[in-house]
Amino acid sequence: MKELELSTLLTELSQAPGASGFEEEALEVAAGYLRPYVDRIERDPFGNLVAFKKGEAPEEGRKSLALVAHIDEIGAMVTKLEPGGFLRFTSVGGIDPRTLYSLPVIVHGKNRLRGVIGAKPPHLLSQKELEKETRLEDLFIDLGIPEEQVQQQVRVGDYITFDQAAQLLAGGSCLAGKALDNRAGVAALVVCARELERVRHQADLYLVATVQEEVGVRGAITAAYGLAPDAAVAVDVTHGEAPGISGGKAFALGSGPVIAMGPNIHPALLQQLKKLAKEYRIPHQLEAVAGPTSTDARAFQIARQGIPSALVSIPLRYMHSVVELLNLEDLLWTGRLLALLARHLEFNFAWEEEAPCT
Amino acid sequence: MYLEELSNLPGVSGDEGQVRQALLKYLQEQPGEVRVDALGNVLVRRKAPPGGKRIMLTAHMDEVGLMVTSIEKSGHLRFEAVGMLDPRVLVAKGVRVGREGIPGVIGSKAIHLQKPDERRKPYQLEQLFIDIGAKNKEEAEKLVSPGDYVSFAGTFTPLGEGYYRGKAFDDRAGCSVLLELLLEYPHLAFDAAFTVQEEVGSRGAAVAAYSLNPDKAVVLEGTSAADIPGTDPEGSATRLGEGPAITFMDQSVIADRGLVRELVRAAEGAGLPYQYRRFTGGQTDAGAVSLAREGVPCTVVSVPCRYIHSPHCLLQERDLKLTVDLIRAWLEG
Repeated sequence: MKELELSTLLTELSQAPGASGFEEEALEVAAGYLRPYVDRIERDPFGNLVAFKKGEAPEEGRKSLALVAHIDEIGAMVTKLEPGGFLRFTSVGGIDPRTLYSLPVIVHGKNRLRGVIGAKPPHLLSQKELEKETRLEDLFIDLGIPEEQVQQQVRVGDYITFDQAAQLLAGGSCLAGKALDNRAGVAALVVCARELERVRHQADLYLVATVQEEVGVRGAITAAYGLAPDAAVAVDVTHGEAPGISGGKAFALGSGPVIAMGPNIHPALLQQLKKLAKEYRIPHQLEAVAGPTSTDARAFQIARQGIPSALVSIPLRYMHSVVELLNLEDLLWTGRLLALLARHLEFNFAWEEEAPCT
Repeated sequence: MYLEELSNLPGVSGDEGQVRQALLKYLQEQPGEVRVDALGNVLVRRKAPPGGKRIMLTAHMDEVGLMVTSIEKSGHLRFEAVGMLDPRVLVAKGVRVGREGIPGVIGSKAIHLQKPDERRKPYQLEQLFIDIGAKNKEEAEKLVSPGDYVSFAGTFTPLGEGYYRGKAFDDRAGCSVLLELLLEYPHLAFDAAFTVQEEVGSRGAAVAAYSLNPDKAVVLEGTSAADIPGTDPEGSATRLGEGPAITFMDQSVIADRGLVRELVRAAEGAGLPYQYRRFTGGQTDAGAVSLAREGVPCTVVSVPCRYIHSPHCLLQERDLKLTVDLIRAWLEG
């Protein structure tokens, strides 16, 4: 996939609204991109999207691998209609209220309404107000339109997403926008599917876009149970290096996917990922996570009788803001690494045969 | 309405070139003599009314923004504010850097990495930086340099019928009104100044008023409408949809009483809604204009705008139109 196409793919995914529990539009974009490369696409009862690509091994004893990326994004929900037609709201997923001042939004009422989160002009602000903690409950949305129209169009419980265009940055290697956590992961699944278009693989492959990750890794719970794959790799984002953030918690942009290590990760699966990355010269970084990761890998690991799981992440700056920023090369390498795994994974997870750490 | 085109252009104080070029292109289509002065103001001189007084209308071209002060090793840009900005509105916004309009974003630490007490403190300007996606300082230096101006990304958008969201309505709203008066009403006898550097102390208006030497002047502005939650109705300054706001006093000027009366009479005579700007804070070009030469009777007529000095202001088209109507009624009166 050429870089230009990659930025188009990610832009379309990024701009589609898809707050947790409201993922339909984003799922449609993902399905459209995956369809040409897979045998069938289905939705499970919880709403997850499952693209299936049949492996070539004999049906008897054929193994399966699930590559999983959550498609939902952080967003907000209407809690109250104020006099004057202004809206109060709560967050869906973890948002720093300080990132919300003066943000353009879309309220998904009867129709799609554009608005803005109001910010009092500095001329009218007291020093006290400037120093006050920003609380979600003090913020409001202004739709511009008259109060009666707001009452006809908007109900408490309506979803709110951010009205943010994705922006390719100078040089064409980085892209900034909303919901790159985790449309980047979904885009990596598309890259992987395309890589596998003319490549034989023995195991069945599930490419899964899960819902409701941002509110507690929920879609992954039902997907893991329903698919019961023999191994699973979650594809998500991790923190990118930026001023004031480093020291093992953040990773360089442009240095390749980040492979997680720790109790959430099956050592044999980890070894194979590292070996493939090394053998095929895929730049990569390693991340130590001391407990369960806050990703879909957490749910897959403990589904049914337990599923060997791993996590591959794309470094991303300013997570959970509308200006998340990543390097497209990292996304491309991630997709390639996943395709290599789909092709070469040996389903041998016996503990006594664990390879020594290298 | 010229607001969409004008508001989307970058034009931070001292860097009004793109707005100026757009205006100059339009101003060829009207009868007044047009020139650009030493500071970059656009001055339009029309024939004086026979035996009458010279009237000057002004609107400032500049907007608040940022300026790059240094480039970090990591390629991130540090900046200072140009004009009065609440640092809190800068977080998580798209910007354009320098003449080439290099896209960038103002990032912030992910919520996952913050300590709870960190989140309780509002962002200060010196904590913020611009990310243009450069790998390091060397790569960033190929694209930008200290001193480069930074403006918010222009994203003019209609909201419902007759409402608009966009940047720099202070004072592209005034520019739009003034341009419309010049282009649609060639018979009206007045001079016009599109001024520079209002947001850093009305520096353009002082020399524009000296050059055009008017007998009286009206400054056209986009001013605060704080008819929003969390503000007492009494503290709203102006309200959207209730017509142009006439200033009797702000921090820079005590308006000429006779001029205020003329404008009120013109509005009432033509049956046009108007409001007073019920707030005496804030500074405008009226201050500098009123002190030009031996003094110029002056006031301000403003289009009410919510959320000015932020990347996403909001105004109602009706107020823009009513402002044009009021000024026209006054000039024709």
